[in-house]
Amino acid sequence: MSSVSIHDRIDEMVIEDPQARTFRVLRESLVSESIYAMERERIFERCWLYAGHDSEIPEPGDYVRRDVGGKPIILSRDKQGTVNALFNSCTHRGARVCRQDQGNATSFQCFYHAWTFGLDGALRGLPDEEGYGPDFDRSRFALHRPARLEQYRGFWFIAYDPEIESLSDYLAGAKEYIDVVVDQGVGHGGMRIVTGSQPYSCGANWKLMVENSMDGYHGVPVHQTYFEFIANRGDVSGLVKNLQADAARGYSLGNGHAVVDYPAPFPRPVAQYHPVMGGEEVEADVNAAFDDLVVHHGETRATRLAKTCRNLFLYPNTLLLDVSGLTIRTIWPTAADHMNVTAWALAPADEDGPRLKRRLEGFNLFLGPGGLATPDDIEALEACQEGYAATAHTYSDISRGMHRDPKTTDEAQMRAFWREWHAQMRSAGHATQRELRDAEPDEWTTSRHVGVTEPAGGQA
Amino acid sequence: MTAVATTDVGLRGRVEDLLFHEADLLDSWQLDDWLTLFTPDARYVVPPMDHPEADPDRSLTLIDDSFDRMNGRVTRLKSRRAHREFPWSTTRRVVGNVRAWDEDGEVQARANFIVNRFRKEQVHTFVGQYRYVLLDTDDGLRIRRKVCVLDNERLSPHGTLSILL
Repeated sequence: MSSVSIHDRIDEMVIEDPQARTFRVLRESLVSESIYAMERERIFERCWLYAGHDSEIPEPGDYVRRDVGGKPIILSRDKQGTVNALFNSCTHRGARVCRQDQGNATSFQCFYHAWTFGLDGALRGLPDEEGYGPDFDRSRFALHRPARLEQYRGFWFIAYDPEIESLSDYLAGAKEYIDVVVDQGVGHGGMRIVTGSQPYSCGANWKLMVENSMDGYHGVPVHQTYFEFIANRGDVSGLVKNLQADAARGYSLGNGHAVVDYPAPFPRPVAQYHPVMGGEEVEADVNAAFDDLVVHHGETRATRLAKTCRNLFLYPNTLLLDVSGLTIRTIWPTAADHMNVTAWALAPADEDGPRLKRRLEGFNLFLGPGGLATPDDIEALEACQEGYAATAHTYSDISRGMHRDPKTTDEAQMRAFWREWHAQMRSAGHATQRELRDAEPDEWTTSRHVGVTEPAGGQA
Repeated sequence: MTAVATTDVGLRGRVEDLLFHEADLLDSWQLDDWLTLFTPDARYVVPPMDHPEADPDRSLTLIDDSFDRMNGRVTRLKSRRAHREFPWSTTRRVVGNVRAWDEDGEVQARANFIVNRFRKEQVHTFVGQYRYVLLDTDDGLRIRRKVCVLDNERLSPHGTLSILL
């Protein structure tokens, strides 16, 4: 076995049997450093990767530093208002030119030899330019850029493969769900990132966090203490009913993107009231927030925006979790058994005062490294990783729901991820060779109707 | 945060007694007793690590608990179903550089902390500054506000903030 390279064994990493309705993933894919090295080439070099949100750099001169697919990136807005993605590495000797996480600047000056670059990456000046002779051409020394930079509704993505399809084509069926999130800011100046982020980590393979972030099956057993906290502060029978609703579904959205879409089993700041949020005054305000959505979107769409939840996965590593709070979560592997996770909160741009506070309370009660739920997810993933020390040669089962229209508590959404992962890992070519892949036809067929069929139930 | 040049030594002694006692209760997981150190209107905050001075009402904190939420957090940690803390980790904290002063009828206190968490043969170290607002009551000093400003840039390899700081 040891003489066979991992490249030759990729086929056996994911085994799907449509007749037997089984779907299995070899655990070696979750522990192998060779697989991780391949993923960096075949996944992270060939996908659109989320880099930042438009609202983080609203003014000319604004910038944020990001690590995108293991590469240091500056996302900046130049004087003309154009957003740029630049490699944070001097074209002279390579040092990082930007050494603060965010701010407003007129230029980036490398501290090593004082070469100075504009927010658009152009080389603006350098000491003793004469030393390079009369033919020195500054334009050849602009900061390098990732091959592609595009945005969808305020979410900026980078790609390192120049041949990749447009971001719009790449996002496929996920766009409709991004719309459901972004439309919550219609009439409120759009959506913005709230000040502050939650940077944490997990001692497990990154793909386990992808699975966990859209896993409806673990919610009740793992997060009992969260639901108890709420139950101790008000009746939860309505919320529990939503958990079991027939409308609670998992969908593949094409190109590895996926979603679980379900009537809200959580109190939601906009707009599903529960006594855990406060008394009558709060109830009135939550209902007013819903009425405002109705004004902008009509009753049906307002109900979808406010009283359903979605864990939207944007392949390969980003989630929009529109649950008890609204978060962007990025998952970046740093080794086969370690990942960095960062979470941000999204809110309507003009939201402030008690509504914003309530939103953040809803977020923090469940989500984040200090929440009542996320720490137990981290524990679960690390427990899996520990278990693989004994069982890396065995398969994990991801077959749940293959015999029926997949529910939120099934695993169609994870199979969508793994299928795309497997297809990319088996192919050595450019991203453009990807076809809109979706092998489980019933799942894809169902998902295509999501845009026109309102999820029913749970809108008491 | 303005630096405090002088401090009331007598007051500091009382505050140190409270803070050292609190540290002891937390390290020995006497969480119900820990709650008794707080006033009913207490607030327990861990601000965002990248914007520690941001208004917690308007920023994504790591923790922003009312007393009711602190109570819920304690209930959870005492159950066997707070999986990240079952079994409980071992913690040992050092509280130092304590300063205290009166301000508008309340006691303000600052202290540095190092909290080490041991579990599964790993050590996770939380470092930062406590900022307390204390109330002098008939039962002694009580905590009205506890803000834990973390110096850590990312909770890595910690992963979580599952203990009380």
